[in-house]
Amino acid sequence: MKRFYLLLVLIWMPTTQADSFQYPLQAQQVAPDTYVLEGKTEDFSRKNGGFIVNTGYIVTADGVVVIDSGPSKRFGEQQRALIEKSTGKPVIRLYLTHHHPDHFLGNQAYADVPRYVLPASKRGMQQEGESFTANMYRMTGDWMRGTGITLPDKTAQDGTETVGGHALETIALSGHTAGDLVIFDHTTGVLFSGDLVFNNRAATTPHANIDAWLQALEKLQSLPFKVIVPGHGPVAQDKAPIEQTRDYLQWLITTLKDGAANGLDMNEVMQTPIPERFKDVALARSELQRSVSHLYPALELGNLQPAKQTE
Amino acid sequence: MRTVLLSLLCCLPGLVLAGEPDPLQSPQWATMHSRFLNGENYRFDDKVKVLAPASAEDSLNVPITFDATALEQVEKVVVMADLNPIPGVLEFSPKTIPARLSFRMKLQQGSPIRAAAKTADGLWHVGGVWVDAAGGGCTLPSTGTASGDWSSTLGKVSAHVWQRPDNNRLRVRVMHPMDTGLASGIPTFHIEDLAILDASGEVLASMTLHEPVSENPMLSLDVGQHQDFRVEGQDNNGNRIEAEVDE
Repeated sequence: MKRFYLLLVLIWMPTTQADSFQYPLQAQQVAPDTYVLEGKTEDFSRKNGGFIVNTGYIVTADGVVVIDSGPSKRFGEQQRALIEKSTGKPVIRLYLTHHHPDHFLGNQAYADVPRYVLPASKRGMQQEGESFTANMYRMTGDWMRGTGITLPDKTAQDGTETVGGHALETIALSGHTAGDLVIFDHTTGVLFSGDLVFNNRAATTPHANIDAWLQALEKLQSLPFKVIVPGHGPVAQDKAPIEQTRDYLQWLITTLKDGAANGLDMNEVMQTPIPERFKDVALARSELQRSVSHLYPALELGNLQPAKQTE
Repeated sequence: MRTVLLSLLCCLPGLVLAGEPDPLQSPQWATMHSRFLNGENYRFDDKVKVLAPASAEDSLNVPITFDATALEQVEKVVVMADLNPIPGVLEFSPKTIPARLSFRMKLQQGSPIRAAAKTADGLWHVGGVWVDAAGGGCTLPSTGTASGDWSSTLGKVSAHVWQRPDNNRLRVRVMHPMDTGLASGIPTFHIEDLAILDASGEVLASMTLHEPVSENPMLSLDVGQHQDFRVEGQDNNGNRIEAEVDE
Protein backbone atom coordinates (compact mmCIF):
# COMPACT_ATOMS: atom_id res chain seq x y z
CA MET A 1 0.00 0.00 0.00
CA LYS A 2 2.80 2.34 0.92
CA ARG A 3 4.40 1.58 -2.39
CA PHE A 4 1.18 2.40 -4.15
CA TYR A 5 1.09 5.87 -2.59
CA LEU A 6 4.66 6.45 -3.58
CA LEU A 7 3.79 5.56 -7.13
CA LEU A 8 0.88 7.98 -7.03
CA VAL A 9 3.11 10.74 -5.76
CA LEU A 10 5.68 10.04 -8.44
CA ILE A 11 3.06 10.19 -11.15
CA TRP A 12 1.37 13.23 -9.65
CA MET A 13 4.34 15.48 -8.94
CA PRO A 14 5.54 16.28 -12.44
CA THR A 15 1.99 16.97 -13.57
CA THR A 16 1.28 19.53 -10.88
CA GLN A 17 4.61 21.26 -11.53
CA ALA A 18 4.08 21.37 -15.26
CA ASP A 19 0.61 22.79 -14.80
CA SER A 20 1.65 25.75 -12.66
CA PHE A 21 3.78 28.16 -14.75
CA GLN A 22 2.59 31.04 -12.61
CA TYR A 23 4.86 34.07 -12.77
CA PRO A 24 5.40 35.56 -9.31
CA LEU A 25 3.72 38.84 -10.21
CA GLN A 26 3.48 41.40 -7.44
CA ALA A 27 2.21 44.86 -8.23
CA GLN A 28 4.46 47.42 -6.63
CA GLN A 29 2.96 50.91 -6.33
CA VAL A 30 5.59 53.49 -7.32
CA ALA A 31 3.38 56.61 -7.50
CA PRO A 32 -0.32 57.50 -7.42
CA ASP A 33 -2.18 55.27 -9.93
CA THR A 34 1.13 53.74 -11.04
CA TYR A 35 2.34 50.18 -10.57
CA VAL A 36 5.33 48.09 -11.65
CA LEU A 37 5.82 44.33 -11.96
CA GLU A 38 9.55 44.10 -11.28
CA GLY A 39 11.47 41.21 -12.83
CA LYS A 40 14.67 39.61 -11.64
CA THR A 41 18.05 40.93 -12.77
CA GLU A 42 18.94 37.59 -14.35
CA ASP A 43 19.37 36.13 -17.79
CA PHE A 44 16.54 34.09 -19.32
CA SER A 45 16.18 30.68 -17.72
CA ARG A 46 13.78 27.79 -17.32
CA LYS A 47 13.43 28.85 -13.70
CA ASN A 48 12.42 32.48 -14.22
CA GLY A 49 10.45 31.87 -17.44
CA GLY A 50 11.78 35.12 -18.87
CA PHE A 51 10.42 37.33 -16.06
CA ILE A 52 13.58 39.42 -16.04
CA VAL A 53 11.94 42.58 -17.24
CA ASN A 54 9.98 45.44 -15.68
CA THR A 55 6.51 46.10 -16.99
CA GLY A 56 4.22 48.81 -15.66
CA TYR A 57 0.71 50.17 -15.74
CA ILE A 58 -1.09 53.44 -15.08
CA VAL A 59 -4.65 53.35 -13.74
CA THR A 60 -6.43 56.31 -15.39
CA ALA A 61 -10.04 57.42 -15.07
CA ASP A 62 -10.81 55.88 -18.45
CA GLY A 63 -9.01 52.59 -17.97
CA VAL A 64 -5.53 51.14 -17.62
CA VAL A 65 -2.51 51.98 -19.79
CA VAL A 66 0.04 49.16 -19.86
CA ILE A 67 3.74 49.56 -20.65
CA ASP A 68 5.23 46.39 -22.20
CA SER A 69 3.57 42.99 -22.30
CA GLY A 70 6.44 40.80 -21.09
CA PRO A 71 8.26 37.71 -22.39
CA SER A 72 5.48 35.21 -23.21
CA LYS A 73 1.81 34.61 -23.88
CA ARG A 74 1.43 33.22 -20.36
CA PHE A 75 3.01 36.38 -18.95
CA GLY A 76 0.74 38.70 -20.91
CA GLU A 77 -2.32 36.75 -19.83
CA GLN A 78 -1.32 36.69 -16.17
CA GLN A 79 -0.31 40.35 -16.25
CA ARG A 80 -3.64 41.41 -17.75
CA ALA A 81 -5.63 39.22 -15.36
CA LEU A 82 -3.85 40.76 -12.38
CA ILE A 83 -4.41 44.28 -13.67
CA GLU A 84 -8.09 43.91 -14.47
CA LYS A 85 -8.82 42.02 -11.27
CA SER A 86 -6.98 44.41 -8.94
CA THR A 87 -8.12 47.65 -10.58
CA GLY A 88 -11.58 46.62 -11.73
CA LYS A 89 -10.90 48.55 -14.95
CA PRO A 90 -10.29 47.43 -18.51
CA VAL A 91 -6.96 47.83 -20.25
CA ILE A 92 -7.42 50.54 -22.88
CA ARG A 93 -3.94 50.89 -24.35
CA LEU A 94 -0.59 49.10 -24.56
CA TYR A 95 2.73 50.85 -25.19
CA LEU A 96 5.70 48.77 -26.33
CA THR A 97 9.05 50.37 -25.55
CA HIS A 98 11.08 48.43 -28.15
CA HIS A 99 11.31 45.19 -30.14
CA HIS A 100 13.20 42.91 -27.75
CA PRO A 101 11.37 39.65 -26.96
CA ASP A 102 11.01 40.11 -23.20
CA HIS A 103 9.06 43.32 -23.79
CA PHE A 104 6.47 42.35 -26.38
CA LEU A 105 5.90 38.58 -26.55
CA GLY A 106 2.93 38.93 -24.18
CA ASN A 107 1.05 40.82 -26.92
CA GLN A 108 -1.32 37.94 -27.66
CA ALA A 109 -3.12 38.77 -24.42
CA TYR A 110 -3.81 42.28 -25.77
CA ALA A 111 -5.08 41.41 -29.25
CA ASP A 112 -8.24 43.50 -28.60
CA VAL A 113 -6.37 46.54 -27.24
CA PRO A 114 -4.65 49.33 -29.27
CA ARG A 115 -0.92 48.54 -29.24
CA TYR A 116 1.44 51.50 -29.78
CA VAL A 117 5.05 51.27 -30.94
CA LEU A 118 7.66 53.22 -32.89
CA PRO A 119 7.95 52.27 -36.61
CA ALA A 120 11.55 51.04 -36.24
CA SER A 121 10.50 48.72 -33.41
CA LYS A 122 7.66 47.30 -35.45
CA ARG A 123 10.08 46.54 -38.30
CA GLY A 124 12.36 44.81 -35.81
CA MET A 125 9.48 42.70 -34.52
CA GLN A 126 8.57 41.72 -38.09
CA GLN A 127 12.14 40.86 -39.06
CA GLU A 128 13.41 39.22 -35.90
CA GLY A 129 10.32 38.22 -33.95
CA GLU A 130 10.36 34.62 -35.15
CA SER A 131 14.01 33.99 -34.30
CA PHE A 132 13.57 35.75 -30.94
CA THR A 133 10.65 33.48 -30.17
CA ALA A 134 12.56 30.34 -31.14
CA ASN A 135 15.45 31.37 -28.93
CA MET A 136 13.11 32.11 -26.02
CA TYR A 137 11.61 28.61 -26.33
CA ARG A 138 15.16 27.24 -26.21
CA MET A 139 16.09 29.21 -23.11
CA THR A 140 12.91 29.15 -21.04
CA GLY A 141 11.08 26.05 -22.31
CA ASP A 142 7.41 25.46 -21.60
CA TRP A 143 6.85 28.92 -20.13
CA MET A 144 6.64 29.95 -23.78
CA ARG A 145 3.89 27.51 -24.72
CA GLY A 146 1.54 28.96 -27.32
CA THR A 147 3.56 32.15 -27.72
CA GLY A 148 3.56 33.72 -31.16
CA ILE A 149 3.95 37.17 -32.66
CA THR A 150 1.11 39.67 -32.35
CA LEU A 151 2.32 42.87 -33.95
CA PRO A 152 1.44 46.35 -32.70
CA ASP A 153 -1.25 48.12 -34.71
CA LYS A 154 -0.70 51.80 -33.81
CA THR A 155 2.22 54.13 -34.39
CA ALA A 156 3.54 56.06 -31.41
CA GLN A 157 4.74 59.60 -31.98
CA ASP A 158 6.46 62.37 -30.09
CA GLY A 159 3.88 64.37 -28.19
CA THR A 160 1.68 64.64 -25.13
CA GLU A 161 -1.83 63.24 -24.90
CA THR A 162 -4.16 63.27 -21.91
CA VAL A 163 -5.56 59.83 -21.20
CA GLY A 164 -8.10 59.54 -18.40
CA GLY A 165 -6.64 62.53 -16.57
CA HIS A 166 -2.96 61.58 -17.05
CA ALA A 167 -0.82 63.77 -19.31
CA LEU A 168 1.25 61.11 -21.06
CA GLU A 169 4.22 62.26 -23.11
CA THR A 170 5.68 59.76 -25.54
CA ILE A 171 9.25 60.42 -26.65
CA ALA A 172 10.86 58.71 -29.64
CA LEU A 173 14.53 57.96 -28.96
CA SER A 174 17.07 55.35 -30.05
CA GLY A 175 20.36 53.85 -28.97
CA HIS A 176 19.48 50.66 -27.13
CA THR A 177 17.69 49.73 -30.36
CA ALA A 178 16.72 51.66 -33.47
CA GLY A 179 13.46 52.59 -31.78
CA ASP A 180 13.22 53.26 -28.04
CA LEU A 181 9.91 54.64 -26.84
CA VAL A 182 9.91 56.48 -23.51
CA ILE A 183 6.67 57.26 -21.66
CA PHE A 184 6.69 60.19 -19.24
CA ASP A 185 3.58 60.73 -17.14
CA HIS A 186 3.59 64.47 -16.34
CA THR A 187 0.69 63.99 -13.91
CA THR A 188 2.62 61.70 -11.57
CA GLY A 189 6.21 62.41 -12.60
CA VAL A 190 6.88 58.75 -13.46
CA LEU A 191 9.31 58.06 -16.30
CA PHE A 192 9.16 54.68 -18.03
CA SER A 193 12.56 54.60 -19.69
CA GLY A 194 12.41 51.16 -21.30
CA ASP A 195 15.84 49.63 -21.81
CA LEU A 196 17.55 52.97 -22.30
CA VAL A 197 18.13 52.68 -18.55
CA PHE A 198 19.29 49.64 -16.59
CA ASN A 199 19.65 49.72 -12.80
CA ASN A 200 22.23 47.46 -11.18
CA ARG A 201 21.97 45.16 -14.16
CA ALA A 202 24.44 45.39 -17.04
CA ALA A 203 23.08 47.01 -20.19
CA THR A 204 22.57 44.77 -23.22
CA THR A 205 23.72 45.77 -26.68
CA PRO A 206 22.58 43.38 -29.44
CA HIS A 207 21.07 46.27 -31.42
CA ALA A 208 22.84 49.17 -29.76
CA ASN A 209 24.27 52.38 -31.15
CA ILE A 210 26.26 53.64 -28.18
CA ASP A 211 26.58 57.26 -29.37
CA ALA A 212 22.83 57.55 -29.90
CA TRP A 213 22.24 55.83 -26.57
CA LEU A 214 24.41 58.33 -24.70
CA GLN A 215 22.50 61.19 -26.35
CA ALA A 216 19.20 59.61 -25.35
CA LEU A 217 20.41 59.42 -21.74
CA GLU A 218 21.13 63.15 -21.82
CA LYS A 219 17.59 63.75 -22.92
CA LEU A 220 16.23 61.58 -20.10
CA GLN A 221 18.45 63.31 -17.57
CA SER A 222 16.87 66.64 -18.52
CA LEU A 223 13.31 65.49 -17.77
CA PRO A 224 11.78 66.60 -14.43
CA PHE A 225 10.80 63.10 -13.30
CA LYS A 226 10.22 61.98 -9.71
CA VAL A 227 10.32 58.23 -10.28
CA ILE A 228 12.16 56.28 -12.94
CA VAL A 229 11.12 52.78 -14.00
CA PRO A 230 14.12 51.23 -15.78
CA GLY A 231 13.66 48.38 -18.24
CA HIS A 232 15.60 46.10 -15.89
CA GLY A 233 16.48 46.51 -12.22
CA PRO A 234 14.87 48.31 -9.28
CA VAL A 235 12.67 51.40 -9.59
CA ALA A 236 14.41 54.56 -8.35
CA GLN A 237 13.54 58.08 -7.19
CA ASP A 238 16.69 59.76 -8.50
CA LYS A 239 18.94 59.95 -11.53
CA ALA A 240 21.41 57.36 -10.29
CA PRO A 241 20.27 54.63 -12.73
CA ILE A 242 20.76 57.00 -15.67
CA GLU A 243 24.20 57.93 -14.44
CA GLN A 244 25.14 54.29 -13.86
CA THR A 245 23.96 53.29 -17.35
CA ARG A 246 25.93 56.15 -18.89
CA ASP A 247 29.03 55.28 -16.84
CA TYR A 248 28.79 51.61 -17.84
CA LEU A 249 28.29 52.36 -21.54
CA GLN A 250 31.20 54.80 -21.59
CA TRP A 251 33.42 52.25 -19.88
CA LEU A 252 32.24 49.57 -22.32
CA ILE A 253 32.88 51.52 -25.50
CA THR A 254 36.25 52.78 -24.22
CA THR A 255 37.28 49.22 -23.35
CA LEU A 256 36.32 47.97 -26.80
CA LYS A 257 38.00 50.84 -28.66
CA ASP A 258 41.18 50.51 -26.61
CA GLY A 259 41.23 46.76 -27.19
CA ALA A 260 40.88 47.20 -30.94
CA ALA A 261 43.56 49.90 -31.00
CA ASN A 262 45.94 47.60 -29.08
CA GLY A 263 45.46 44.58 -31.34
CA LEU A 264 43.51 42.39 -28.92
CA ASP A 265 41.34 39.57 -30.17
CA MET A 266 37.75 39.15 -28.96
CA ASN A 267 38.48 36.61 -26.22
CA GLU A 268 41.19 38.85 -24.81
CA VAL A 269 38.81 41.81 -24.60
CA MET A 270 36.18 39.57 -22.99
CA GLN A 271 38.58 39.00 -20.09
CA THR A 272 38.92 42.68 -19.24
CA PRO A 273 38.52 43.09 -15.45
CA ILE A 274 35.17 44.56 -14.40
CA PRO A 275 35.80 47.84 -12.51
CA GLU A 276 35.07 47.83 -8.79
CA ARG A 277 32.33 50.43 -9.18
CA PHE A 278 30.28 47.91 -11.20
CA LYS A 279 30.61 45.10 -8.66
CA ASP A 280 26.90 45.28 -7.80
CA VAL A 281 25.87 45.38 -11.44
CA ALA A 282 24.36 41.99 -12.19
CA LEU A 283 25.64 40.04 -15.24
CA ALA A 284 28.43 42.55 -15.99
CA ARG A 285 30.84 39.78 -17.09
CA SER A 286 28.45 37.92 -19.36
CA GLU A 287 27.09 41.13 -20.86
CA LEU A 288 30.62 42.35 -21.56
CA GLN A 289 31.20 39.09 -23.43
CA ARG A 290 27.98 39.52 -25.41
CA SER A 291 28.78 43.16 -26.15
CA VAL A 292 32.20 42.21 -27.53
CA SER A 293 30.41 39.94 -30.01
CA HIS A 294 27.98 42.73 -30.94
CA LEU A 295 30.26 45.72 -31.19
CA TYR A 296 33.89 44.64 -31.56
CA PRO A 297 33.95 43.36 -35.16
CA ALA A 298 33.13 46.82 -36.54
CA LEU A 299 35.64 48.55 -34.26
CA GLU A 300 38.59 46.26 -34.98
CA LEU A 301 38.37 46.71 -38.75
CA GLY A 302 39.22 50.38 -38.29
CA ASN A 303 42.64 49.31 -37.04
CA LEU A 304 43.62 47.19 -40.06
CA GLN A 305 45.09 48.50 -43.30
CA PRO A 306 44.85 46.96 -46.77
CA ALA A 307 47.92 44.79 -47.41
CA LYS A 308 49.83 44.97 -50.69
CA GLN A 309 48.36 42.28 -52.91
CA THR A 310 51.18 40.53 -54.74
CA GLU A 311 49.18 37.89 -56.55
CA MET B 1 51.56 -8.95 -14.14
CA ARG B 2 49.51 -7.06 -16.65
CA THR B 3 47.27 -5.70 -13.91
CA VAL B 4 50.28 -4.56 -11.93
CA LEU B 5 51.73 -2.85 -14.95
CA LEU B 6 48.43 -1.15 -15.69
CA SER B 7 47.96 0.07 -12.16
CA LEU B 8 51.55 1.28 -12.13
CA LEU B 9 50.97 3.25 -15.29
CA CYS B 10 47.80 4.75 -13.91
CA CYS B 11 49.63 5.97 -10.85
CA LEU B 12 52.25 7.86 -12.81
CA PRO B 13 51.53 11.50 -12.04
CA GLY B 14 50.20 13.55 -14.89
CA LEU B 15 50.05 10.76 -17.41
CA VAL B 16 46.64 9.60 -18.41
CA LEU B 17 46.12 6.81 -20.87
CA ALA B 18 43.90 6.92 -23.88
CA GLY B 19 40.47 5.90 -22.73
CA GLU B 20 40.41 8.34 -19.85
CA PRO B 21 36.91 9.77 -19.44
CA ASP B 22 36.36 12.90 -21.48
CA PRO B 23 36.11 15.90 -19.13
CA LEU B 24 33.55 17.41 -21.51
CA GLN B 25 31.55 14.16 -21.59
CA SER B 26 30.97 14.26 -25.31
CA PRO B 27 29.44 11.23 -27.05
CA GLN B 28 31.70 11.95 -30.02
CA TRP B 29 35.09 11.97 -28.32
CA ALA B 30 36.09 8.46 -29.40
CA THR B 31 35.28 9.39 -33.00
CA MET B 32 37.22 12.66 -32.72
CA HIS B 33 40.19 10.75 -31.35
CA SER B 34 40.31 8.22 -34.17
CA ARG B 35 39.46 10.68 -36.93
CA PHE B 36 41.54 13.74 -36.05
CA LEU B 37 44.29 12.31 -33.82
CA ASN B 38 44.61 9.10 -35.85
CA GLY B 39 43.93 7.09 -32.72
CA GLU B 40 47.33 8.08 -31.33
CA ASN B 41 48.22 8.48 -27.67
CA TYR B 42 46.79 11.52 -25.97
CA ARG B 43 46.02 13.02 -22.65
CA PHE B 44 43.63 15.72 -21.50
CA ASP B 45 45.97 18.50 -20.51
CA ASP B 46 45.30 21.87 -18.85
CA LYS B 47 48.42 23.19 -20.52
CA VAL B 48 46.39 23.56 -23.70
CA LYS B 49 44.02 26.41 -23.05
CA VAL B 50 40.97 27.10 -25.14
CA LEU B 51 39.24 30.43 -24.62
CA ALA B 52 35.70 30.95 -25.82
CA PRO B 53 32.57 32.51 -24.34
CA ALA B 54 30.37 29.97 -22.54
CA SER B 55 27.52 30.91 -24.82
CA ALA B 56 27.82 31.86 -28.49
CA GLU B 57 26.14 35.20 -29.00
CA ASP B 58 26.66 35.01 -32.76
CA SER B 59 26.69 31.43 -34.09
CA LEU B 60 28.39 32.62 -37.29
CA ASN B 61 31.29 34.21 -35.42
CA VAL B 62 32.23 32.37 -32.24
CA PRO B 63 35.59 33.69 -31.06
CA ILE B 64 38.09 30.94 -30.28
CA THR B 65 41.60 31.34 -28.88
CA PHE B 66 43.90 28.42 -28.20
CA ASP B 67 47.16 28.70 -26.34
CA ALA B 68 49.54 25.71 -26.18
CA THR B 69 52.59 27.79 -25.28
CA ALA B 70 52.86 26.07 -21.89
CA LEU B 71 54.08 23.00 -23.81
CA GLU B 72 57.53 22.57 -25.37
CA GLN B 73 58.01 21.70 -29.03
CA VAL B 74 54.48 21.88 -30.33
CA GLU B 75 54.47 20.61 -33.91
CA LYS B 76 50.81 20.94 -34.72
CA VAL B 77 47.52 22.02 -33.16
CA VAL B 78 44.22 20.57 -34.38
CA VAL B 79 40.98 22.37 -33.53
CA MET B 80 37.72 20.42 -33.61
CA ALA B 81 34.09 20.83 -32.57
CA ASP B 82 32.64 17.41 -31.72
CA LEU B 83 29.00 18.17 -32.46
CA ASN B 84 29.37 20.41 -35.49
CA PRO B 85 28.14 18.89 -38.76
CA ILE B 86 31.69 19.52 -40.00
CA PRO B 87 33.76 18.92 -36.85
CA GLY B 88 37.22 19.67 -38.28
CA VAL B 89 37.89 23.40 -37.86
CA LEU B 90 41.56 24.02 -38.59
CA GLU B 91 45.13 22.82 -38.18
CA PHE B 92 47.91 25.15 -37.12
CA SER B 93 51.59 24.27 -37.44
CA PRO B 94 53.84 26.80 -35.73
CA LYS B 95 57.35 26.68 -37.18
CA THR B 96 59.15 29.48 -35.37
CA ILE B 97 56.39 31.36 -33.52
CA PRO B 98 54.32 30.53 -30.40
CA ALA B 99 51.54 27.95 -30.57
CA ARG B 100 48.77 30.42 -30.00
CA LEU B 101 46.04 31.57 -32.38
CA SER B 102 42.75 33.45 -32.26
CA PHE B 103 40.08 33.12 -34.92
CA ARG B 104 36.29 32.82 -35.28
CA MET B 105 34.14 29.90 -36.27
CA LYS B 106 30.62 28.85 -37.15
CA LEU B 107 28.79 26.66 -34.69
CA GLN B 108 25.64 24.75 -35.55
CA GLN B 109 24.71 23.83 -31.97
CA GLY B 110 26.23 23.65 -28.49
CA SER B 111 29.46 21.63 -28.68
CA PRO B 112 32.83 20.97 -27.13
CA ILE B 113 35.52 23.05 -28.81
CA ARG B 114 38.88 21.32 -28.49
CA ALA B 115 42.47 22.09 -29.35
CA ALA B 116 44.82 19.11 -29.49
CA ALA B 117 48.53 19.93 -29.56
CA LYS B 118 50.97 17.31 -30.77
CA THR B 119 54.40 17.59 -29.20
CA ALA B 120 57.68 16.28 -30.65
CA ASP B 121 57.38 13.07 -28.58
CA GLY B 122 54.25 12.17 -30.56
CA LEU B 123 51.77 12.69 -27.70
CA TRP B 124 48.60 14.72 -28.20
CA HIS B 125 47.70 17.17 -25.42
CA VAL B 126 43.98 17.92 -25.51
CA GLY B 127 42.29 21.00 -24.03
CA GLY B 128 38.79 22.26 -24.56
CA VAL B 129 35.69 24.06 -23.39
CA TRP B 130 31.98 23.67 -23.94
CA VAL B 131 30.26 26.44 -25.90
CA ASP B 132 26.48 26.65 -25.92
CA ALA B 133 24.84 27.97 -29.09
CA ALA B 134 21.39 28.80 -30.37
CA GLY B 135 22.45 27.22 -33.62
CA GLY B 136 22.26 27.68 -37.33
CA GLY B 137 25.85 28.77 -37.85
CA CYS B 138 26.82 26.19 -40.47
CA THR B 139 23.74 25.93 -42.65
CA LEU B 140 23.37 29.60 -43.57
CA PRO B 141 24.85 31.12 -46.71
CA SER B 142 27.73 33.53 -46.11
CA THR B 143 26.72 37.18 -46.24
CA GLY B 144 29.09 37.66 -49.18
CA THR B 145 27.42 34.90 -51.18
CA ALA B 146 23.94 36.02 -50.15
CA SER B 147 24.60 39.59 -51.29
CA GLY B 148 26.54 38.55 -54.40
CA ASP B 149 29.46 40.92 -53.85
CA TRP B 150 32.13 38.47 -52.70
CA SER B 151 33.98 38.18 -55.99
CA SER B 152 35.33 41.75 -56.06
CA THR B 153 37.09 41.32 -52.72
CA LEU B 154 38.00 37.61 -52.89
CA GLY B 155 41.40 36.92 -51.37
CA LYS B 156 42.04 40.55 -50.38
CA VAL B 157 44.12 40.83 -47.22
CA SER B 158 44.09 43.56 -44.60
CA ALA B 159 46.34 43.51 -41.57
CA HIS B 160 48.21 45.37 -38.88
CA VAL B 161 51.27 44.68 -36.73
CA TRP B 162 51.50 45.86 -33.14
CA GLN B 163 54.93 46.21 -31.52
CA ARG B 164 55.04 44.44 -28.18
CA PRO B 165 57.88 43.63 -25.81
CA ASP B 166 57.68 39.81 -25.94
CA ASN B 167 55.81 39.01 -29.09
CA ASN B 168 54.59 41.40 -31.70
CA ARG B 169 50.94 40.94 -32.55
CA LEU B 170 49.85 40.33 -36.13
CA ARG B 171 46.19 40.52 -37.06
CA VAL B 172 45.24 39.39 -40.54
CA ARG B 173 41.90 39.34 -42.28
CA VAL B 174 41.40 37.54 -45.59
CA MET B 175 38.24 38.20 -47.56
CA HIS B 176 36.54 34.92 -48.42
CA PRO B 177 32.93 33.63 -48.20
CA MET B 178 34.00 30.37 -46.50
CA ASP B 179 30.79 28.66 -47.62
CA THR B 180 30.29 25.34 -45.88
CA GLY B 181 28.35 23.55 -48.62
CA LEU B 182 25.55 22.94 -46.12
CA ALA B 183 23.39 25.85 -47.27
CA SER B 184 21.06 24.69 -50.02
CA GLY B 185 22.42 25.25 -53.52
CA ILE B 186 25.70 26.86 -52.44
CA PRO B 187 28.76 24.65 -52.95
CA THR B 188 31.66 24.31 -50.53
CA PHE B 189 34.01 27.23 -51.08
CA HIS B 190 36.67 27.94 -48.51
CA ILE B 191 40.31 28.78 -47.97
CA GLU B 192 42.30 25.56 -47.58
CA ASP B 193 45.91 26.57 -47.05
CA LEU B 194 47.20 29.71 -45.44
CA ALA B 195 50.76 30.43 -44.38
CA ILE B 196 52.39 33.35 -42.60
CA LEU B 197 55.97 33.93 -43.78
CA ASP B 198 58.57 36.49 -42.85
CA ALA B 199 59.88 38.98 -45.42
CA SER B 200 62.62 36.56 -46.53
CA GLY B 201 60.11 33.80 -47.23
CA GLU B 202 60.68 31.65 -44.18
CA VAL B 203 57.44 30.04 -42.98
CA LEU B 204 56.49 31.16 -39.46
CA ALA B 205 53.29 29.15 -39.29
CA SER B 206 51.17 27.22 -41.73
CA MET B 207 47.49 26.51 -41.44
CA THR B 208 44.84 24.34 -43.00
CA LEU B 209 41.40 25.90 -42.69
CA HIS B 210 38.14 24.00 -42.96
CA GLU B 211 34.55 25.04 -43.63
CA PRO B 212 33.63 26.04 -40.05
CA VAL B 213 36.12 28.92 -39.98
CA SER B 214 34.10 32.13 -40.19
CA GLU B 215 33.57 34.18 -43.32
CA ASN B 216 36.40 36.64 -43.98
CA PRO B 217 38.70 34.88 -41.50
CA MET B 218 40.25 37.18 -38.90
CA LEU B 219 43.38 35.72 -37.33
CA SER B 220 45.47 37.02 -34.44
CA LEU B 221 48.99 35.63 -33.97
CA ASP B 222 51.94 36.25 -31.71
CA VAL B 223 54.88 36.58 -34.07
CA GLY B 224 58.08 37.06 -32.08
CA GLN B 225 60.00 40.15 -33.14
CA HIS B 226 59.09 39.88 -36.81
CA GLN B 227 57.71 43.06 -38.37
CA ASP B 228 57.22 42.32 -42.07
CA PHE B 229 55.24 39.39 -43.39
CA ARG B 230 53.92 37.60 -46.40
CA VAL B 231 50.56 35.90 -46.39
CA GLU B 232 50.18 33.05 -48.88
CA GLY B 233 47.50 30.50 -49.49
CA GLN B 234 44.80 29.16 -51.72
CA ASP B 235 41.19 28.10 -51.59
CA ASN B 236 39.57 24.85 -52.70
CA ASN B 237 38.92 26.31 -56.14
CA GLY B 238 42.57 27.11 -56.66
CA ASN B 239 42.29 30.88 -56.13
CA ARG B 240 45.61 32.18 -54.79
CA ILE B 241 46.05 34.45 -51.78
CA GLU B 242 49.27 36.47 -51.81
CA ALA B 243 49.95 39.68 -49.95
CA GLU B 244 52.70 41.57 -48.16
CA VAL B 245 52.22 43.13 -44.74
CA ASP B 246 54.68 45.83 -43.70
CA GLU B 247 54.95 47.25 -40.26
